[in-house]
Amino acid sequence: MTELKKTALYDLHRSLGAKAIPFAGYEMPVNYPLGIMKEHLYCRKSAGLFDVSHMGQLVISSNTHSMQFIASELEKLLPIDVLGLSEDRQRYGFLPNKEGGIIDDLMISNRGDHYFVVINALRKEIDFKYLRENISREIDVDLIKTRALIAIQGPQSEKILSNLIGELSSLKYLDVNNFSYKGEILWVSRSGYTGQDGFEISLPNSLCEVFCKNILDQDGIEPIGLGARDTLRLECGLCLYGQDLNETITPIEAGLKWAIQKVRRTGGEREGGFVGQEKILNQIEEQPYFKREAFFPDGRAPLRSGTKLFSDDSGKNEIGVITSGGYSPSLERPISMGYLNHNKFNVDEPIFGEVRNKFFSVTLTKLPFVPTSFKRN
Amino acid sequence: MKFTEEHEWLESDGDIVKVGITEYAAEQLGDIVFIELPDVGTSVTKGQEIVVIESVKAASDILAPLDGEITEINNAIVDDPSMVNNDPTGEAWFFKMSLKNQGELDGLMSEDEYRKHIE
Repeated sequence: MTELKKTALYDLHRSLGAKAIPFAGYEMPVNYPLGIMKEHLYCRKSAGLFDVSHMGQLVISSNTHSMQFIASELEKLLPIDVLGLSEDRQRYGFLPNKEGGIIDDLMISNRGDHYFVVINALRKEIDFKYLRENISREIDVDLIKTRALIAIQGPQSEKILSNLIGELSSLKYLDVNNFSYKGEILWVSRSGYTGQDGFEISLPNSLCEVFCKNILDQDGIEPIGLGARDTLRLECGLCLYGQDLNETITPIEAGLKWAIQKVRRTGGEREGGFVGQEKILNQIEEQPYFKREAFFPDGRAPLRSGTKLFSDDSGKNEIGVITSGGYSPSLERPISMGYLNHNKFNVDEPIFGEVRNKFFSVTLTKLPFVPTSFKRN
Repeated sequence: MKFTEEHEWLESDGDIVKVGITEYAAEQLGDIVFIELPDVGTSVTKGQEIVVIESVKAASDILAPLDGEITEINNAIVDDPSMVNNDPTGEAWFFKMSLKNQGELDGLMSEDEYRKHIE
C-alpha cells in the first residue's frame, strides 16, 4: 500500500482530534469530535472551516499568447462560455469525453493573466494529463503543489473571514479576488460546495496552518470534516464526481444543462466546437430518458450509493440506481439522489430501493432538498 | 457484564441476557440515525448478522453474540436511534435473548479484558 499524502493542515487536524480516513490518496479528516451531525448543523447555522487541499489547483497561462487565445483553446474542450467569463469571475464547468461523458467537473476563474481551475482530488492527474495533451503547447498548464485550499462556509463566514483579511461585502457570489495576509497573497472566491454563502481560499502551504488557527480562534466557526461536507452538498443537490458523475453519464443526464451557456448551444454564436458536442447538443434538444432525480425514502432507512431501484417490490423491473444517499441532518430524514431510466417505467408507478434483500418504497421529489443561500447581490 | 470482540455488552438476568453495544462502539459509529432489530422469537446463531445500524456516514451490522433466541427487543431505540449515542450501556439496550448454552457466557471477555482489547 502506498503511503497516504498529507495536506498542510495534517498536524492541525490531529491536534483538533479529527478522525482520519483515506480519501483520494490523502489522509483526510472525516469528522472532528463534534461529529458529522453537529458539524453539519453548525455550518448551516454559523460557519465551518474545511480543508479541501486534496483537490487539484491548476494554473493555465501563456507567455506568448493572450487570454482570449487560451479561452478559445479551452472552449474546444469545455462546453461552457470561457471567452465570456469576465476577469475575476468564476464559473462551474466540466470536461466531457468524446461520448459526452464527464471526465471531471470543475470551477474555473479568470484571473486576468491566467485561468485558475479547481478540480477533483480523484481526477487531478487524469485532468492534468488530458489538458496537457489536448491544448496548444504554447499554453502552460501547471498543477500547483505549493498552495493549500480551504473553504469557509455558512452564514457567518463573511464576518469571520473579514476579521482577518478585511472588507468582503463587495465580493459577490462567484467573484474572485486577491487578498493579503502576513505578506502573502490569498486567492479568494465567494463560492464553495455546501450550497451556502461562503469562500474558498487558495493560500501558500506555509501560511495555511497559522491562517486556519487564526480563523478557528474567531467566534462562531468550527472545523468540519469530509463527512459533513458530503451531507451538506447532498442536501443542496450538488453532484459528487465518482458517484453522481462519471465518464458514462453526460452533463444533460446529470441535470447540468444550466451550466452550458446559450452561446455554446445549438443556434448560439459559438455553438458546439467542443469535445462530446454531438451527444451533448442532441440531448439538449431531445430530453434524455436517463436522468438524475431526487428521492425521499418513505421509511427511515437511508438508501445509499449503489442501491438499485425497481418499479416493483420483487426486484423484477430495474429502473435505476441511487448514486448518493444518506441522512439529512437539516431535514432529519433520509434523502437520496440517483438516476432513473424513464423508458422503463411511468412516473406514476411506485419506486422501490433494494437494501439487504428488502424493498423500501421511495417518492420522487425535486432538487434541492434544502434551498441554497448564495450571496448573489 | 461480559463483552464480545465485536463491541457488544451482555448482562445476564437469570436465563435471559440483555445485549447492547459499548460506548466505544457507539463513538466509533458516530451519529446513529437508523436501527433495525430482529423479530421476537427469532433463533439466532453466533456471528449471524441480526441488527442493522446506520450512522450518518455508513451502515454496519451487529452480530448475534451467542446461540439462542430473541425474547424481547427495545423499540425505543428504533424510534429514537440517538439514544444509542447518549446512553449505550443503559437505556439503549438492543435486545434480550435466551441462550442455548448458558455456559458460553463465561467464555466472553470481562470488563478489564475488553478495555485491553480496545486499547
